[in-house]
Amino acid sequence: MTVALFVTCVSDTFCPRVGEAVVRVLRHCGCDVRFPARQTCCGQPAYNSGFHSEAAELARRMIAIFEPYEYVVTPSASCAMMVRQHYPQLLADEPGWRKAADRLAAKTYEFTSFLREVPEFDVSANLRFNEAVTFHYPCHAREFYSARDLEALLSRVPGVDLRTPRPVDLCCGFGGIFAVDHAEISGAMMGDKLESLSQTGAGLVICDEGGCALNLAGGAHRRGTSLRFRHIAECLAESLGLMEAEE
Amino acid sequence: MSASTPFQQRVAAAVADKRVVRAVHLATLKKVEAREAGMDQLRDFEQIRSLAAQVKQHTLDYLPRYLEQFVEQIEGRGGAVHFAPDAEAARRIICDIATSRGLKRVVKSKSMTSEEIHLNQALEAVGLRPVETDLGEFIVQIDHDTPSHIVTPIIHKDRRQIALAMQRELGCEYTEDPTELTMIARRHLREIFRNCDLGISGVNFGVAETGTLCICTNEGNGRLTVSRPRVHVALMGIEKVIPRMRDLPVFLKLLARSSTGQPLTVYTTLISGPKRLQDADGPEELHVVLMDAGRSDIWAGEFREVLRCIRCGACLNACPVYRNIGGHAYGSVYPGPIGALLTPLLHPAGGHEELPRASSLCGACGVACPVKIDIPDLLVRLRAQTHRSHPLAKRVAMRMWLWAMKSPLVFRLGQRLLRGLLKDGGDGWATDGPGPLRAWTQPRDLPIPPKRSFRAIWQAELSNEDKRG
Repeated sequence: MTVALFVTCVSDTFCPRVGEAVVRVLRHCGCDVRFPARQTCCGQPAYNSGFHSEAAELARRMIAIFEPYEYVVTPSASCAMMVRQHYPQLLADEPGWRKAADRLAAKTYEFTSFLREVPEFDVSANLRFNEAVTFHYPCHAREFYSARDLEALLSRVPGVDLRTPRPVDLCCGFGGIFAVDHAEISGAMMGDKLESLSQTGAGLVICDEGGCALNLAGGAHRRGTSLRFRHIAECLAESLGLMEAEE
Repeated sequence: MSASTPFQQRVAAAVADKRVVRAVHLATLKKVEAREAGMDQLRDFEQIRSLAAQVKQHTLDYLPRYLEQFVEQIEGRGGAVHFAPDAEAARRIICDIATSRGLKRVVKSKSMTSEEIHLNQALEAVGLRPVETDLGEFIVQIDHDTPSHIVTPIIHKDRRQIALAMQRELGCEYTEDPTELTMIARRHLREIFRNCDLGISGVNFGVAETGTLCICTNEGNGRLTVSRPRVHVALMGIEKVIPRMRDLPVFLKLLARSSTGQPLTVYTTLISGPKRLQDADGPEELHVVLMDAGRSDIWAGEFREVLRCIRCGACLNACPVYRNIGGHAYGSVYPGPIGALLTPLLHPAGGHEELPRASSLCGACGVACPVKIDIPDLLVRLRAQTHRSHPLAKRVAMRMWLWAMKSPLVFRLGQRLLRGLLKDGGDGWATDGPGPLRAWTQPRDLPIPPKRSFRAIWQAELSNEDKRG
């Protein structure tokens, strides 16, 4: 099957390793992975800020770019949600585009949901951790799986020492432009999240969202907290021997 | 973007007040757990939630019809109904009821609607001294404070502050013991109840079928307020109606659970008219003040579902923003996620554009809402209505960003430019970002992007690997 990778602007720029891991795992699952090079951003920053005609411009662009592919997979639940939920809303008044948006929505997947639903790849069975692990549940993953689902997925990893954070679904305070416009609030929320993750005693945090990871890792670095944030794709690629472990 | 708005100034002060932040954290997290435990007791929480949302939405969709029925029923049972198009009218109606009958000793049970219209000040202006009888509201009143939570008005206060206020205002001995403090307030309020002649309450649900007012309270003060005085005035927003008595349990099951995790509030008071001939006691007059005050404008527009709100406070407790800034920072009677919607909707010209923007859109509020108001989606829709009010610099930045995102070439240049602009502190992190990124690096650092972006790696290696493989 042909899968177009929608890498997202954040991963493309700040964590290319996540994109690389996604490509390797998808290929491992037998996918023919393509990377449409004209892709940029899904437009969520504009959408969330209320600039909807601007967001619609980017939506039309992205729809055209990904139209030729059978599946679209992205390492970000948030960007997947943007495509699946908000593109059809944004283009509701343009019948032709609306149909195309629905088509894109139907074939766009967040990474782990794709593995589970399409190649039916058992993520848990193929993961290995050699240290205690906790996780950050990205709020926008609600569209795809619950925090309890993620906890269950990780708890099935053979030999895992899983430390569930409390509260299990606490927001990290990122929120896109919110992190800049309301840095004070965002920073306080980030502090709460880092504390909750630190309290688990685990050093490794599974964090499947580039924005959240950028925020949390930046906060951890500022505070001197020794937490490492990894996308589940990176962990899978390493467990499967498709990538060297980092550091 | 750098200019600090009044909201941001309040936020800065709130975030810095560690005592309040801690108090609000503890209380809200406890309530979140209590709510979840309470909901777990229901056989099918999601189903009841959906039903509640549907019933409320249906009522709203046929609101004129249900209001008409509600009014007929109340009047049929000897109650009087007053329609208040705005807050000013509501205040005037209630003050007139008091002054025209020479009612002097006013007791109140907890009502956010009365807070919304600043009723106490209006009553004081005509020479009355209303006494709040809900313990939390009583403490707010004697401490000359304002509530910071819809359900838990003194969530921001600690024992010491309460003890000091009680000592100062009631002349009692200083104690921080919650039971003793409660007993002191109880004795004080009993005397006031003994002599009161006007009771003012809010309404949780108005049943159209029977004209019944349902009031949910935990301390018994609500029951005293509506039964002891000669006259009872109930102030309610027009959106508080539900169709039938059989719909009421759906909401009773959800309201207390969503608020505090209780299966029911301690008191559920149903009032269907004033004292009848055969009744031993009860108010001789019942006045229901049906208040619009901006609600019909919301009703007519795209935000109608906001009016489903039953004021349970679950979204406040669930909200990580509220938890960190408390209720007062919102600068409005209704704080938290629902306040960020209601406040600008009820006061469109009130300069509250910042409230809907101060959210990470994490969605915890939407998950907690017992009537399934899609709060994050509505926040974004409100942002869309006011996006033109952003400062020019921000609107220009948005256009430039859009321009870059429409061209892969400019996007790539932007990636390089960003790398060039960030000052590496020596360990691969920038601690002081340029321009708009300065705010990013206020609470956190920013990693220097790797030399090669994903698209560069793809072009150089990844794409070829596949061809080889």
